[in-house]
Amino acid sequence: MSPTGTPILRVRGVTKRFGGLVAVNDMSFDVGNHEMVGVIGPNGSGKTTMMNMISGVFRPSAGRITMRGRRLSGMPAQNIARVGVGRTFQLVRLLPGLTVLENVMAGAVFGHSRRWGGDAVDIAHDMLDRVGLDAMADAPVSALTYIDQKRVELARALAGEPEVLLLDEWLAGLNPTELETGIDLIHALRDEGRTVILVEHVMDAIRALCDRCVVMSSGAKIAEGTPDEVLSDREVIRAYLGDDDA
Amino acid sequence: MRPSGYLELLIVAVLVVLAALFPLVGSNLHIGVGLDMMMFAALAISWALFSGPTHYISLATAAFYGLGGLIVAMGMADYELPFWLMIAVAALAGGVLAALIGLATLRLTGVYFVIFTLGLAEMIRNLVSWIQNNFLGSHGFLIFSDFRDQHYYWMLLAVVAVVYLLGWVINRSRLGFALRIIGNDETVARHVGINTAMAKVILFTTTGFFAALVGAIVAPRWSYIEANQVFSPHISFLVVIMALLGGTTRLWAPIVGVVPFLLIWNWINGNLPNQSTLFIGVAFLLIVYVLPHGVVGRLEQLRSKIREGRS
Ligand SMILES: Nc1ncnc2c1ncn2[C@@H]1O[C@H](COP(=O)(O)OP(=O)(O)OP(=O)(O)O)[C@@H](O)[C@H]1O
Ligand SMILES: [Mg+2]
Repeated sequence: MSPTGTPILRVRGVTKRFGGLVAVNDMSFDVGNHEMVGVIGPNGSGKTTMMNMISGVFRPSAGRITMRGRRLSGMPAQNIARVGVGRTFQLVRLLPGLTVLENVMAGAVFGHSRRWGGDAVDIAHDMLDRVGLDAMADAPVSALTYIDQKRVELARALAGEPEVLLLDEWLAGLNPTELETGIDLIHALRDEGRTVILVEHVMDAIRALCDRCVVMSSGAKIAEGTPDEVLSDREVIRAYLGDDDA
Repeated sequence: MRPSGYLELLIVAVLVVLAALFPLVGSNLHIGVGLDMMMFAALAISWALFSGPTHYISLATAAFYGLGGLIVAMGMADYELPFWLMIAVAALAGGVLAALIGLATLRLTGVYFVIFTLGLAEMIRNLVSWIQNNFLGSHGFLIFSDFRDQHYYWMLLAVVAVVYLLGWVINRSRLGFALRIIGNDETVARHVGINTAMAKVILFTTTGFFAALVGAIVAPRWSYIEANQVFSPHISFLVVIMALLGGTTRLWAPIVGVVPFLLIWNWINGNLPNQSTLFIGVAFLLIVYVLPHGVVGRLEQLRSKIREGRS
């Protein structure tokens, strides 16, 4: 199953080797405009490595990643960000010496939109408002709870006005109430028609949010389809539960 | 992203004017001390432009300072070129050297960067002395000049003013914001779209330019210049200690370290000359343990604590 309309992001035959370890093996998938695509798979299956190649942390050992026909693979991360890929990190990465507002401004000033001065301040406030945190704008990030840190990171990514947003387990580590808030927040992004790749372990979130899912196991794609399709796929169940249980 | 700060510039301008009047009233001895303070203020503020926000501790100051001094000495002694031309050449050469070092050290972080800059500065010192001893047939250069201490003082004061103004502009620019982000997390910096390599090299080049300019300005004061002396790593350590003692959170903060440290340093050199290296080591340890953000950083912490206590 492929996305409706022309894909904005194409991943073709992408492989990443770390020494002898093949972390990502010949992955191919497309992401359509305004689509929310889930990337799921057991621990260590290569999801983060795949995101890292899209955002430019690593260059693929083989294969090619393009966005609107422009080749991303091989570009340094800062250029990929400027072309319009924004991301959050699996382990939250904030700028501890900067205020909450400045953290978000970092995205606005240097990202895809490259705003400056009052313009950057305005959009940073808008994005903080968007994630429900504008009241904390002038606080140091050390004053934030875990979910609020995740909110700041999301606001920073959004402030760059990316065309494609990568969320690596943005919902992980939240308690049940926070999880509900978190899912609502991402749902709102979906309603805005944003293009998002969502790496998640939380299956309820995948069902609630994703148009399509790509399932990875041991670095390779083992299934692709709607959440319901892939979650009932025998091979997917086997990958998650281990061979014996299937 | 701080308040516009024109008031700060005005205060600095007034202080610069007052400082410029000092040689007219001070004794020769005081002018000499003031000259040293101006020199280290210029070196420490320009060092902090790069090392402050990025936390990359550079021990290469001596390489730029020495290069600047040597170029002026060579130009004036061997080719009878004018001083003003030679300081321009020296500063540009310092900038170029810094750009090359910057490009070579881009991938190094933390302690590797520190060691690399120190090793490189020492290598340059040895290389230059070796060339001088083996190919130039002399150990050093004799320079003659009509400058008196107040002239050096005024020139160095001008450098301090220019560095300050430049720092003020950088802090309010995209580049300054980029450096703060780089100092916090380089991976995030790249992922929000910052060309981290470019930003670091630009600032490091600026630092090298000014360190070479300072070395060039004071060169004639040595009368006789030898590579071993002018490239002495002491200057790199002193600049780092003074800047860290004052702090790097404000442009003027390094000066708060320069003034008291230099007074103590002069006293030690006058009374316990054999203990000077030991003193550098102890001072370094004390600053790192007791005042990790410098005197100014500590005062700012206290001030915000008092404010929190009130509200
Ligand atoms: N920089 C690296 N160097 C070496 N090996 C790595 C590196 N990054 C990831 N790996 C390895 O690649 C494999 C895939 O890791 P990755 O982090 O992509 O998995 P993941 O699907 O994101 O797992 P999780 O669900 O636990 O986050 C793992 O075996 C991991 O140890
Ligand atoms: Mg992961």
